[in-house]
Amino acid sequence: MFKKDITPSPKQKLKSSIQRNLRQSLLTTYPLLTPFIDDIIPKKASLEQIKLPDRVSLYVIDGTTPLFFQADTPSQQNTIVPHLKLVHRFPQCFPTIRIDRGAIRFVLSGATLMAPGLTSKGGRLPMPHERPPREKSAAEAENADDIEVPNEGADEEGHWSRELEKGEPVVVVAEGKEEACAVGVLVAGTKEIKEKGKGPVIEEAHFLGDGLWRMALD
Amino acid sequence: MTELSGRHVVYCGVCTLPPEYCEYGGTVKKCQQWLEKNQPTMYSRIWSPEVLEAEMASLSVEAQERAMKDAKKKAAKAEAAERKDADKRANSVVTIKRIERNKRKYVTSVSGLEAFGLELKKVAKDFGKKFATGSSVTKVPSGGEEIVVQGDVSGEIEEFILEKYKEVPEDNIELVEDKKKKKGEGN
Ligand SMILES: [Zn+2]
Repeated sequence: MFKKDITPSPKQKLKSSIQRNLRQSLLTTYPLLTPFIDDIIPKKASLEQIKLPDRVSLYVIDGTTPLFFQADTPSQQNTIVPHLKLVHRFPQCFPTIRIDRGAIRFVLSGATLMAPGLTSKGGRLPMPHERPPREKSAAEAENADDIEVPNEGADEEGHWSRELEKGEPVVVVAEGKEEACAVGVLVAGTKEIKEKGKGPVIEEAHFLGDGLWRMALD
Repeated sequence: MTELSGRHVVYCGVCTLPPEYCEYGGTVKKCQQWLEKNQPTMYSRIWSPEVLEAEMASLSVEAQERAMKDAKKKAAKAEAAERKDADKRANSVVTIKRIERNKRKYVTSVSGLEAFGLELKKVAKDFGKKFATGSSVTKVPSGGEEIVVQGDVSGEIEEFILEKYKEVPEDNIELVEDKKKKKGEGN
């Protein structure tokens, strides 16, 4: 989606009602961010919108920190997708799948992510499992308008604890690497990916080093 | 860093990726030098011979060959781009022009800085601060952009550019004067 360099249009301040709505949508999509939301979008900070080509809107906080983007296209349906810099700050808050080492260079060149990169030995797809009950943080207990934070996450091996549906956003991590390398919307559910073992998984990802990553914010 | 503001990730000062991904860019050598100097612990974790060996072992021979070929291609591409950039810089000129607006009222225009990788908006701000005067980026009829500074600061601005933006060589700067044309004089 961002293979080319991007020339952004000027930032636009958002009305506080829109800011509130976006904050709510972000939490609905990523409830695991709930304990950190006041830090991600501080109450007093200003959330700004930057229009990018191809009907994409990027949202930044305080002018320089990118948070997430939305594409108003049939395939993306305005799904909120986090900027990789936000993923790197809060990696445990986003459902993940893992690609094997061989697939990394393809993903980083903007190729469609294909099932074999995930079903191989170095790849990881979700594997539903029970998790110990999660402890509520102080921030969560305080927030009255909260969304129930689900008890999900990755196991030691890197398998997410529930299957992910087609249309869900997902973060792509890589074998042998600590940081995520891409993020995008699933074009096939993870159960189906495991059963079929072939076909596209994410078609238009935001990946490390792409135009969105390189775009200057100041 | 507190738990709430999230992790603070180090990004490569050369290619901007997390350093563990530098190997996929075309600037591996420069990235390594940067990392060794700025993040020595991380450097030895990522680039130690044992780690590299283990990484290669997890790929098939065919995949290793492809990866090597790919890396070579990328490096060559990056080198070519760098050469092209250097050429462009060597042949670019920054023009500082003193323009008489009204009698004894001058503005100074500076054009060509973008060829040296400078961002005009930022530079215009720097000029404004340095000379305590109005300074802005304006479009020129030929299509590009230039910086226009209020007042005659042509001499000082050359010195300031040389001092602050080392990427602009002195030989590539020219000073010109644009006298206000009288009515009917034409171009
Ligand atoms: Zn690097």
